[in-house]
Amino acid sequence: MKTFFAFIQKEFRHVLRDKRSLVILFGLPVVMMILFGFALSSEVKNSNVAILDYAQDDASRLLIDRIDQSQYFSVHQKLHSEAEIEQVFRKGQVRLVVIFPQNFQQDLLHSNHVQVRLVGDASDPNTSNIVINYASSIFRDYQNELSNNKKLPYSIETETRMLYNPQLKSSYNFVPGVMTLILMLLGAMMTSVSIVKEKEMGTMEILLVSPMRPLLVVLSKAIPYMVLCFIDVAIILLLAVFLLEMPIRGSLFLLLAESLLFILTTLSLGLLVSSVVDSQQTAMFFSLVGFLMPALVFSGFMFPIENMPLPLRIMSNIVPTKWYYSIVRAIMVKGLGFSYVIKQTLILVGMTVFFLGIAIRKFKIRLA
Amino acid sequence: MPQPVIYTHQLTRKFGDFVAVDAITFEVQPGEIFGFLGANGAGKTTAMRILCGLLSPTSGQANVAGFDVYRQNEEIKKQIGYMSQKFSLYENLTVRENIQFFGGIYGLSRQELKDKTNVLIDRLGLHNEANKLVGALPLGWKQKISFSVAILHRPKIVFLDEPTGGVDPITRRQFWDMIYEAAHDGITVFVTTHYMDEAEYCDRVSIMVDGAIAALDTPAGLKKQFNATNMDEVFLQLARGAKRGD
Repeated sequence: MKTFFAFIQKEFRHVLRDKRSLVILFGLPVVMMILFGFALSSEVKNSNVAILDYAQDDASRLLIDRIDQSQYFSVHQKLHSEAEIEQVFRKGQVRLVVIFPQNFQQDLLHSNHVQVRLVGDASDPNTSNIVINYASSIFRDYQNELSNNKKLPYSIETETRMLYNPQLKSSYNFVPGVMTLILMLLGAMMTSVSIVKEKEMGTMEILLVSPMRPLLVVLSKAIPYMVLCFIDVAIILLLAVFLLEMPIRGSLFLLLAESLLFILTTLSLGLLVSSVVDSQQTAMFFSLVGFLMPALVFSGFMFPIENMPLPLRIMSNIVPTKWYYSIVRAIMVKGLGFSYVIKQTLILVGMTVFFLGIAIRKFKIRLA
Repeated sequence: MPQPVIYTHQLTRKFGDFVAVDAITFEVQPGEIFGFLGANGAGKTTAMRILCGLLSPTSGQANVAGFDVYRQNEEIKKQIGYMSQKFSLYENLTVRENIQFFGGIYGLSRQELKDKTNVLIDRLGLHNEANKLVGALPLGWKQKISFSVAILHRPKIVFLDEPTGGVDPITRRQFWDMIYEAAHDGITVFVTTHYMDEAEYCDRVSIMVDGAIAALDTPAGLKKQFNATNMDEVFLQLARGAKRGD
């Protein structure tokens, strides 16, 4: 136990003295949270709009005002001919052009049918889709106001309720995603690099001829990183709750326990890598390409797994990040209890045991 | 005659078809400085790894500090110290922290550690450097600290794998003074080296060629046997016959 303590103390000193690993350990989660929270928001706000108003009547002016007042748009300029539409898009000044036809108000009130044209810049398809949706809803609202007193025959009204995330905040999506990525990256990379470093420096040999059991050597290298990863979980959750105002709906204890489990999974992956490779570079490359890439693609955080072709959907099941991501979302966003995440938990436990088993086996073979 | 502290009989280690260590037989007495020489690739490192309990032999017998290398390698590890040619202290820990860490993994108590650290820093005259990072020290000093750390827990045997590689002659001389001192205190020293002047400092020297021990005697005895004026000539005569290169 004394030797164990001496070892852990030494490992902490290594980390705390190495500015690079400190930056990665504590800078990365903070930077990622702030980036995703503020810079990389998938909500589109304050898009510039150009207006081509052939009508120039009360109704069109009212609608233009509403568009301008909405938090999603600001009216950037008024156009005078169709020819200018292409120009403003080419210059990239606006995302949307709204065209009111002549006699807009008159047609609207008397013939009950009028067309407004929305022209979006689909060189960025996602954004233009979102922008068009926002604009359409402004027109729909206005239409509803007009027809308030009159009941339309045969109208189907859809009443939409977005469960769990009524404001469609993107933080609900990326906070679990960032947690998954950070833990995967740090757990696997930092552990494997730190063990391989000892091999490279020659200090591993000294440790192995010492009376410390080889297995204990490797495990005590992993434990400090477990603590550090756990601190990262705490940092991310604190930032999520206090900076991004995202509530933790489920049990905090359960969330932390599941996070600990996932940290163990990533550490055992790190141990596995370190038992196979011999240089720090290879270990780093292995972790980035072998773990971070699949974590990005197959966790469901950036790309919906449901849309992938079948072989990829099957492949996504062997990526541990997918399961942890789904656990975190279930607990944080939906507020579900343990009984809803048993399956994912068991899968992670199984993976951890499997990776750890191979790592230990490999390690023993090396020594023999 | 006291019990030998290292004893091997027909000790062999194969990697596939390759016989790295070929039926070596020798004894080392307590307190002896035993030079373990051989060209690169002669099998020194493999033999040393077996004796340190890192590798198990393919056949033959070996006994270190009274323990069997097949079954009791964990016991052996408690009895030995080890310093390798590769640098073996942590560069981003201070001198004091390094001493305390390596003492710690050999299970020294807190008080023992504190005392020994202070004695050691005294003896090496490192008062001003004790709290500096090891990475900032010159190589010669690092090697001296490394050696002191390797014998901190008073092992019966200390294995030194080319301990003076890349160090200047004056520091090497000082290093050997430390080795003599340790031997005087009863620690058996098992040392590999490529410097033939260092071979002269040993009590007895064995020279490995192609995995086997080609000669084993005192430096004076070897020179007489090979009709040579110094160890360099002895080594060259033997090593020239080697079939294995690097």
